[in-house]
Amino acid sequence: MAAIRVLVGTRKGAFILTSDKRRKQWSIDGPHFAGWEIYHVNGSPRDPNRLLASQTSSWFGQIIQRSDDGGKTWFQPGSDGKAEAAASQGMPQGESNLFVYDTSEETGKALTTHQWYDGTQHPWEFERVWHLEPSLDDTDTWYAGVEDAALFRTTDGGVTWHELAGLRGHESGAGWAPGAGGLCLHTIAIDPDNAQRIFCAISAAGAFRSDDGGATWKPINKGLHSEYIPDPTAEVGHCVHRIAIHPTTPNTLFMQKHWDVLRSDDGGDTWREISGNLPSDFGFPVAVHPHEPETIYVVPIESDSLHYPPEGKLRVYRSRTGGEEWEALTQGLPQEHCYVNVLRDAMAVDTADPCGVYFGTTGGQVYASNDDGDSWQAIVRDLPAVLSVEVQTIT
Amino acid sequence: MIRVLLPHHLQMLARCDREVLLNVPGKVTQRSILDALEAKFPMLRGTVREHVTLKRRPKVRFFADGEDVSHDSPDRPLPDSIATGEKPFMIVGAVAGG
Repeated sequence: MAAIRVLVGTRKGAFILTSDKRRKQWSIDGPHFAGWEIYHVNGSPRDPNRLLASQTSSWFGQIIQRSDDGGKTWFQPGSDGKAEAAASQGMPQGESNLFVYDTSEETGKALTTHQWYDGTQHPWEFERVWHLEPSLDDTDTWYAGVEDAALFRTTDGGVTWHELAGLRGHESGAGWAPGAGGLCLHTIAIDPDNAQRIFCAISAAGAFRSDDGGATWKPINKGLHSEYIPDPTAEVGHCVHRIAIHPTTPNTLFMQKHWDVLRSDDGGDTWREISGNLPSDFGFPVAVHPHEPETIYVVPIESDSLHYPPEGKLRVYRSRTGGEEWEALTQGLPQEHCYVNVLRDAMAVDTADPCGVYFGTTGGQVYASNDDGDSWQAIVRDLPAVLSVEVQTIT
Repeated sequence: MIRVLLPHHLQMLARCDREVLLNVPGKVTQRSILDALEAKFPMLRGTVREHVTLKRRPKVRFFADGEDVSHDSPDRPLPDSIATGEKPFMIVGAVAGG
């Protein structure tokens, strides 16, 4: 192992944090795309220098940025960044920012509305890309989870994007309703043993699985119980916040729901709660230890009304038993007067041994542990609010 | 040549100065200026107006010779001062927030 690279998306730009294998001294590079919201930056496992970033703005819309040198330089796919040159290359121009819902008879469905907050139907409107997930074996294939909720795929390195319309076209689609953060598809997980099996999660529709590479989908929410919806055990309508999967046990999934932490041992067909002794089972991220499939991490948050840690103490909770029994990890984390949040995409693990655990806060801190979570240090304290954290272990 | 002033974030995207010069054939309108802008800087497609509908994005405003023309028809001819290059056509990110 030569280096660790942490990819941080914030409200005002992207930052790249790097360290050697000891993970004690960090260099901080950024902001990239200063002033723009960077919802997510992620890297290909096949080529760690291939990065994609979701750059978004309420003013100027959605931009997809790509780097082929580990974040040193960036360009919009289909362009080399020089406008005059791009126009002469015959490449698709500006197409990399184009996310159009597929309503065709052949591949999509004429689904044009979903449920709005007041129960009426509302037009499906593209807002932004929340999450970018790389294929495990092809550097040019990526998935994008977007708001309003849909799944898109590129097979040309981000130059063009096409909707996998079978998800949004599921018979429940017209009944999906937005959560407080919008109707967003925020989690995409690919089974490492079977690339045809893809999991995704939508707030506030729930979890879905495809067994045919994204062509068709089924809701996988049996066992979820959500008091805040008319039918607490409905097939869809649950506000799933995040799903994590371990590469060696892809049939086991861990979920942080709006309330409740859950697990499934049958690929999502059924779920059971594992919140156990957590001080609150509300929260956003969940992560799995890279070498211990039954070791998981969550960050409890007081409630859906109070988006900060219980008692003002920032604590990561770790279970080494696959849930139910949790221990607070506090060394190096503020244990008084701390009222930040940790968002759903803002926690990640590296693959070193002992493993590194990383998370970012809405207060702009990025915390790192180089010992499985036993102790923590702030890599950086004063970034803009952190939206996402990914980590690359570069050999 | 038509002079167009871009807001900071679009300058960064297009990697250009604040003022860009465009050759706009035919009538000088919002639509013809934006067509020429996006042809020269394809990375700006979808940022000033929506990709598919070509409608102005809600928080983007257009000014011509001191007037807010954001709600005018995109095909309405712009003032001579814009067409002759005497004054710039301004693309502005609306002030919002607190």
